[in-house]
Amino acid sequence: MSATGTINAGYLETLLAGQPQLPTSPLAWLNALRAEAVDRVGVLTVPTLRDEEWRFTDISQLTKMPFHPVRTTISLQAADIERFYIEEATTRLVFIDGVYAPQLSSGIADSDVTVVNLEAGFAAHAAKIEPYLGRLTEFRDNVFAALNTAFLHDAALVVVPRDIAVTVPVHLLFIAMQKDVVSYPRCLLLAESGSAVTVIEDYVSLQEDAYFTNAVAEIALLDNARVNHIRVQREGAKAFHIANCAVSLARASNYQSVSVAFGARISRYNLNVQLAEEAECAVDGLALISGRQLADTHTCIDHAKPHAVSHQMHKCIVGGGAHAVFNGKIMVRQGAQRTDSRQSSRNLLLTNKAHVDTKPQLEIFADDVKCTHGATIGQLDSEEVFYLQSRGLSDTAARNMLTYAFGAEIIERIPISSLKCQLEQTVLEQTATQL
Amino acid sequence: MIYPDSKIVLEVRGLCATVNGTEILKGLDLTVRRGEVHAIMGPNGSGKSTFSKILAGHSAYEVTGGSVMFEGQNLFDLAPEERARAGVFLAFQYPIEIPGVINSQFLRLTYNTVQTHRGKEELDPLEFDDYVREKMKLLEMSPDFLERSVNEGFSGGEKKRNEILQMAMLDPRLAILDETDSGLDIDALRIVANGVNQLANKDNAIVLVTHYQRLLNYIVPDYVHVMEAGRIIKTGGKELALELESRGYDWVGVEHKAVAGAVA
Repeated sequence: MSATGTINAGYLETLLAGQPQLPTSPLAWLNALRAEAVDRVGVLTVPTLRDEEWRFTDISQLTKMPFHPVRTTISLQAADIERFYIEEATTRLVFIDGVYAPQLSSGIADSDVTVVNLEAGFAAHAAKIEPYLGRLTEFRDNVFAALNTAFLHDAALVVVPRDIAVTVPVHLLFIAMQKDVVSYPRCLLLAESGSAVTVIEDYVSLQEDAYFTNAVAEIALLDNARVNHIRVQREGAKAFHIANCAVSLARASNYQSVSVAFGARISRYNLNVQLAEEAECAVDGLALISGRQLADTHTCIDHAKPHAVSHQMHKCIVGGGAHAVFNGKIMVRQGAQRTDSRQSSRNLLLTNKAHVDTKPQLEIFADDVKCTHGATIGQLDSEEVFYLQSRGLSDTAARNMLTYAFGAEIIERIPISSLKCQLEQTVLEQTATQL
Repeated sequence: MIYPDSKIVLEVRGLCATVNGTEILKGLDLTVRRGEVHAIMGPNGSGKSTFSKILAGHSAYEVTGGSVMFEGQNLFDLAPEERARAGVFLAFQYPIEIPGVINSQFLRLTYNTVQTHRGKEELDPLEFDDYVREKMKLLEMSPDFLERSVNEGFSGGEKKRNEILQMAMLDPRLAILDETDSGLDIDALRIVANGVNQLANKDNAIVLVTHYQRLLNYIVPDYVHVMEAGRIIKTGGKELALELESRGYDWVGVEHKAVAGAVA
């Protein structure tokens, strides 16, 4: 075993230290799942630059940090976190360092919709969620998903019954409070046939020290279901954030996702979307980073069946000496005829030291398909800057406005107006300070 | 309109300029006074658009000789935004699209920026909304334009109207309209020209840069200049435009050479 391997093994052992103390679940399958995940952690290693999927993202720093699972829980008052509230999203689950905070949450469990923590929802929904929880995510080959699954005992659970359209957006708020802690946020969303729901998965911090968020989200859309998934990663400046999200679309379902990454020292988001016949998805993303931040987004859109549609627009705005990575894989499997897939990666570099690696990756095994992709990397267009200057704006104000506009094109796609305003404000502030 | 003893707005003397090392302007002279409408005509490549962009301060062009005074001030001492605040306005031939910036926000920001620099009051969003809607009537623009991204998906005519709307808001002392008629159908041309005419007054000056005479049926110039090879080679009244329309540009060049030859 190489020296790196040994260090990794020791590191993963440390991370698993608290795992045996987890309470046993009354559900045998869940205990089995966890045990399997522990086994996989024992076999897998922390990825390095030598792994193809991690070749642009060096996480060796992570293995040098003494993170430990949460030992004590911190209680917060509503006043402490009100600033994170989203006006329209009155249904809210709050997790502090990955631990459910019932006093801050306003879940719901009636005939129309279930938004509760998993422990509370097990009794009523065990049979429904068994096919999805821990099954949508390929944790067997992914050490971070395996770690999260090894610690799986609670989660945010959203179940929307057949033909119900939930009008109030659901806010899943994950707050980081303690330094040196690794937390394992987990979400499971099940949208049953013909249902519709909007969910905001939101990672925030009330501290500036180093910590590690290792999150997993699983989203299942049954036939004709519609899900709007907004993901906001605004972790603290020294945070590590690694997340895996697996989405499965059944026949003629529709998944719209907007994911924005502003925070964390190093972040990695893996999004896997699998499409059945006639399913449609729009997967959009924005990373806005500066300083020494690194934001890596890996997506895989899997056209497993014919007649599915996928649209993807991913943008990065990179300032300072920051580094953005985008790897967008589109898989069109044999027999997935009449696939319609569009991918675009657009990147804006604000300084000479800013860096972006973008890699569209198309693997097509069907012959009657329409697949387009494109990637651009550039700086602000001097003609656009001149146009704004000729209207009286200073060079700086012109550049700020154009940078803002570049990001706003993604933010605009968020269907919740107060969140949209909030994030646009963030983009405005970030671009103003970076230039 | 020509007013006696009107103040000079723009005085260009022997202006020479290059782009990427190629000489485009070769000693251009032009004097524009308040209240006047000037048309600069000429074939493609004569340097008309270069001249407009140099006045607005585009950095791609290097001024290699001559002078430009604007309201008694050396124009080249001013950055592009300072020129705009001082009262220079360029209506672009190809207005830039800015997806993600809402037109109303853009207009208000530019308006308030310029107002502030002129020592005037800013308008809050509500006041501005009333103000801009009033100006839009001038150009028969639907208020829907306010909610769209700047110029994004606008037709050619809509973009040009949006340019003149900005002219109306920013109230320039000198407005340079670069090929504002290109790409306009006759209705749009009439609307745009009508807007410009209403904005013209005894305190401002308008320079129309155009390839065709058509626009000048609607905005009647006091002076028509013919530009060729980076210089103004002939100046006349509005009737010169009609002559150019019927005879083309070639004869002007021939005549100019003959005169130049005779002098030599």
